[in-house]
Amino acid sequence: MKKNNKILEFMANNSRPLSSIGYFVLLMVIFFIGAPEVMIKVNLHQSVFIMLPIIVFMVVPLVFVITAGEIDLSFASTFGVAAYVFALLVKLGIDPLLCLIIGVLSGGIIGICVGSLIVYGKISSLVASLGALFLMRGFLFVSSNSKSITFVEVRDHWMYELLVGKFYGFPMQIFWATLFTIFSYYLYRKHVFGIHVHHVGDNADSAAQMGINVNWVRIGVFAYAGLGAAFAGIFSSLINFTWWPTQGFGYLLLALAAVFIGGTPTWGGVGTVVGAVFGVGVVAYMETGVVAIGMSGVWRQFFNGLIIILAVLGHRFHGTRIR
Amino acid sequence: MNSLIELKNVTKKFGGITALKSASLKMDKGEVVGLIGDNGAGKSTLIKTLVGVYSPDSGEIFIRGEKIRGWTTAKAREAGIETVFQDRALCPQQSIVWNIFMGKELKYPFGLIKEKKQIAEANKLIREIGFTSELIDAESPVGNLSGGERQGVAIARAIYNKAELIILDEPTTALSLMETQKVFDFVNNVKSSGRSVLFIGHNIYHVYDISDRFILLDRGEVVHQLDKDDVRSPEELMKVMKAAVDKYH
Repeated sequence: MKKNNKILEFMANNSRPLSSIGYFVLLMVIFFIGAPEVMIKVNLHQSVFIMLPIIVFMVVPLVFVITAGEIDLSFASTFGVAAYVFALLVKLGIDPLLCLIIGVLSGGIIGICVGSLIVYGKISSLVASLGALFLMRGFLFVSSNSKSITFVEVRDHWMYELLVGKFYGFPMQIFWATLFTIFSYYLYRKHVFGIHVHHVGDNADSAAQMGINVNWVRIGVFAYAGLGAAFAGIFSSLINFTWWPTQGFGYLLLALAAVFIGGTPTWGGVGTVVGAVFGVGVVAYMETGVVAIGMSGVWRQFFNGLIIILAVLGHRFHGTRIR
Repeated sequence: MNSLIELKNVTKKFGGITALKSASLKMDKGEVVGLIGDNGAGKSTLIKTLVGVYSPDSGEIFIRGEKIRGWTTAKAREAGIETVFQDRALCPQQSIVWNIFMGKELKYPFGLIKEKKQIAEANKLIREIGFTSELIDAESPVGNLSGGERQGVAIARAIYNKAELIILDEPTTALSLMETQKVFDFVNNVKSSGRSVLFIGHNIYHVYDISDRFILLDRGEVVHQLDKDDVRSPEELMKVMKAAVDKYH
């Protein structure tokens, strides 16, 4: 009896991530029933897992942003800028590891700038990050003259195999994205920064009255989103040996959808990192699964839309905001 | 001996409105001071300036005789001042334990939280302040608690941090008789342990019962200060206060 209670308590405390896992499993079941012969093929999953970790890098930090009661759109361009910094430095002949470090840091710095604009300029994060999104993308077009950069030479560097090589057929980026997720989970639930993110998103006035530096927390979440987007951009460039000017733009709405499908509500104060990862699973498999079960690719967006609405309706059963 | 805290000629303006006008006050160790005044007298502004939520436009703040620069809520808490704000300063979606340790978490190096210790301490605290329900433990969200229980969480936070000065802003508003009595017991406990309380209230009877000294605030100014020995009843206190306001303005 006592054991049963423990299980029920665990389920009640983790209803958001658990239902997000539920949606993922449900989707997989549908695809398996729809096209078992395609879904049992390992290479389909291998191909999904090439890009899925990239989305994880973007989405997990967005959980922090949305829990803090903010929104970020600029990450989709930070993705491009950080990868651009990386590509330019590689082309200059600098050691790719150093290029990676500088590229990732550039993402963090962009995040700090966007966060500072929001905090000290006192403007809404939706508008500020929208502006930053276009501004940075515009800069990339102008600066690169709309031309892509190819850097096949990184393939010979030891870092390439370690970061995006293959391990028994599965891409290494899965390992790095998993590590990033575990780190983020601890940062979100067990570290003072993550706990302050929850407080600020729940009631920023109370947080300030209790001595939490609300401005720093807000800037911090944007910096983390910048770091995540930079990882995503650089990994994506490494996979393709190429940087191109529109890189990352297509992930904008998909990444945000994954956060909400994953069970993080829009109002701030609560959220789930684990749920978001399964939200990524849903959007990533949707991209390939729809075609796999024999439907035309034109249905993809339709089903993406449908699952967002159904998932968010489902998450409503976890209750509305407690005040 | 230096006062625990002292405000000297503190002024705070919001736009064109002067919420505090050259206000001065002192608090010593082990005393309970009642701060009284009408709505809009500037009580909450005074408190929020005292604890660093607002920074004063002019004037000085001294802690144990030392002049403070760049006064913030974090510094006030470090200096041993805890506040139970009128709105209780809680995060309703978060657990009781996260609320109790909000802003002063128990940490390992690198900022990881001592989760088990926090939960154990919080469970002990909420039993101490009289939570009896089996359904509530340290991990329950604050949003599921009643008004009195939420007040209890805000007070538990002040108790845990063993503050030298505890500021209670309208602590008895919307509380039942029993809950109000609990707040009074708490104030008496704090006082008998040699610490100080600044008690802000609308209800003159509550303030009279509990305080050793009274400060009257009106239209942003400290218009009168008196000891409990100077008056014999809440009614007399009220009369003295009214006369002081009339004389001052």
